[in-house]
Amino acid sequence: MKHRIVSLVLSRLALALVTAIIVSFAVFFATAMLPGDTATILLGQAATPEAVEGLRKAMHLDDPAIFRFLRWLAGVVHGDLGVSYANNMPVAKLIGGRLINTLKLAGLTAVIAVPLALTLGITAAMLRNTLYDRCLTIAIIGVVSVPEFMIATLAVLLFAVYLNWLPAVSFTSEIRTVHDFARAYAMPVVTLTIVISAQMIRMSRAAVVETLNTPYVEMALLKGASRGRIVLRHALPNALGPIVNAVALSLSYLLGGVIIVETIFNYPGVAKLMVDAVSTRDLPLIQSCAIIFCFGFLLLTTTADVIAILSNPRLR
Amino acid sequence: MTSVTTSAGRKPGPTSLFGYRINAVGVVGALIVTFWIVVAFAAPMIIPHPVGDIVDTDYFGPMSRELWLGSDYLGRDMTSRILMGARYTLGISVASVIIAGASGVTLGMIAAITGGVVDMVLSRLLDALSSIPSKLFSLVVVAAVGSSIPVLIVTMAVIYIPGAYRFARALAVNINTMDFVVVARIRGESLWYLIRAEILPNIIGPVLVDLGLRFVFIVLLLSGMSFLGLGVRPPYADWGALVRENIGGLPYAAPAVIFPSLAIASLTIAINLLIDNLPTKIRDREAS
Repeated sequence: MKHRIVSLVLSRLALALVTAIIVSFAVFFATAMLPGDTATILLGQAATPEAVEGLRKAMHLDDPAIFRFLRWLAGVVHGDLGVSYANNMPVAKLIGGRLINTLKLAGLTAVIAVPLALTLGITAAMLRNTLYDRCLTIAIIGVVSVPEFMIATLAVLLFAVYLNWLPAVSFTSEIRTVHDFARAYAMPVVTLTIVISAQMIRMSRAAVVETLNTPYVEMALLKGASRGRIVLRHALPNALGPIVNAVALSLSYLLGGVIIVETIFNYPGVAKLMVDAVSTRDLPLIQSCAIIFCFGFLLLTTTADVIAILSNPRLR
Repeated sequence: MTSVTTSAGRKPGPTSLFGYRINAVGVVGALIVTFWIVVAFAAPMIIPHPVGDIVDTDYFGPMSRELWLGSDYLGRDMTSRILMGARYTLGISVASVIIAGASGVTLGMIAAITGGVVDMVLSRLLDALSSIPSKLFSLVVVAAVGSSIPVLIVTMAVIYIPGAYRFARALAVNINTMDFVVVARIRGESLWYLIRAEILPNIIGPVLVDLGLRFVFIVLLLSGMSFLGLGVRPPYADWGALVRENIGGLPYAAPAVIFPSLAIASLTIAINLLIDNLPTKIRDREAS
């Protein structure tokens, strides 16, 4: 049986690799093949045809698309992401610090959201159909059916306008004390936590409810085990796989969330960089940011799937 | 929305709609959705002031008898702007959900009936497409071709094709093995006939419900894009764009920034409530 699980995981990883290639292909073509001649854009309308021609040669723009794609891909693999059109800086340099900022934001959110959401999800499953469970369900429907920017807006209204605890839409780069840190991160983290917790609570609740409906849990109930013991000892170990799967999937919602949250709170991360790059049509920068996001997303969904395979006791 | 909804244990409600029983929460959802549809059609006739006219001497004006929902950052009437915004939010979203649904579901049924290489290639390609986060995809497209209403419609349709495809394919695969389909194949019926007469009628209920949920995602994505300034552009404004325009009023808790948000929330929550409370008979055919 060991053999089967290894081959399943390997085939999932191979699939992820194929997807990664298709996705980078799609991103490259979406940005590089569509209208607008790069050389003309770079040199401006006033450039002479000779200058445009020269630049096209220098940038290998006349090569067949597939060669350009392969050259670009080789560059990405070697860590050379190209040069930004807007300010001639290497893209890798522009992204570096920003990526760390985004990861900080995402990491902090995950550290808060995961334990919180799991506690709420599991307790909701234990107290199924009580007032607590119903209120939580309604709150989740509310959160998943409004756009992320609205949650951010509400957070600003509540914490900055009415309660006056935190500064409204602003991010200061000078962080010296813990207090500064908390003030700068509180609002983005709260918003992101709400966004991803809703999904995580819903999925972990469903996972536990499903195991609570199995015959062996009924057996535990009949033999007189306490409610806590049934959930913690009998149901939870078997729900663990689906729960971890749910966590990884929910974390992939972070990617959509950070794009909005970084823009609203003016947070210097990759997503903000990318939104700005879109308004200046800085293609190399957009390509690289897009690839980073796609790979992050792919990594999380693949992890979720691999965990689901590994945790299936029938395959062990 | 004062009444309480439960996802588990649906009680048969008192109201009946088209011969189906539907409970009170579902009816409230349906009423709100109908309200916005009517507004979207009738907007030019019912708006109290032309959307572009500056009618208030102050900006971010409060709610008053004259201007029900206050005024925006230029002193324009918010009521009119929100009512007109319904046209863009609903119109664009409906157009993309129709395109996404029609192509996704058709491809899904073709894949299920044909099987083999066609099925594998379609599934792999669309899976890859769905592993690009939706906001990112639309950002890249907007970067490449710029933002206009047709581009938005097509982009969001493309984003939600894989989901519609996967859902329809999963249902169609089950129907495809049934005796009446096998018989139809033996009779030598064409692919188009199989799709239209044998498969589609048997999956249409759940597929429409699924498209309803996808519609919610499209509304959210559209609002998000407009909020980033990359969706609907001035002089047009959907609800997301209205929030963006007036975000400067946030520190004063201006009605101009709160009400467009509420409009989006009311529409999406109403659709969710409506779908959650649809009779099981329409909701999932697989369960029965």
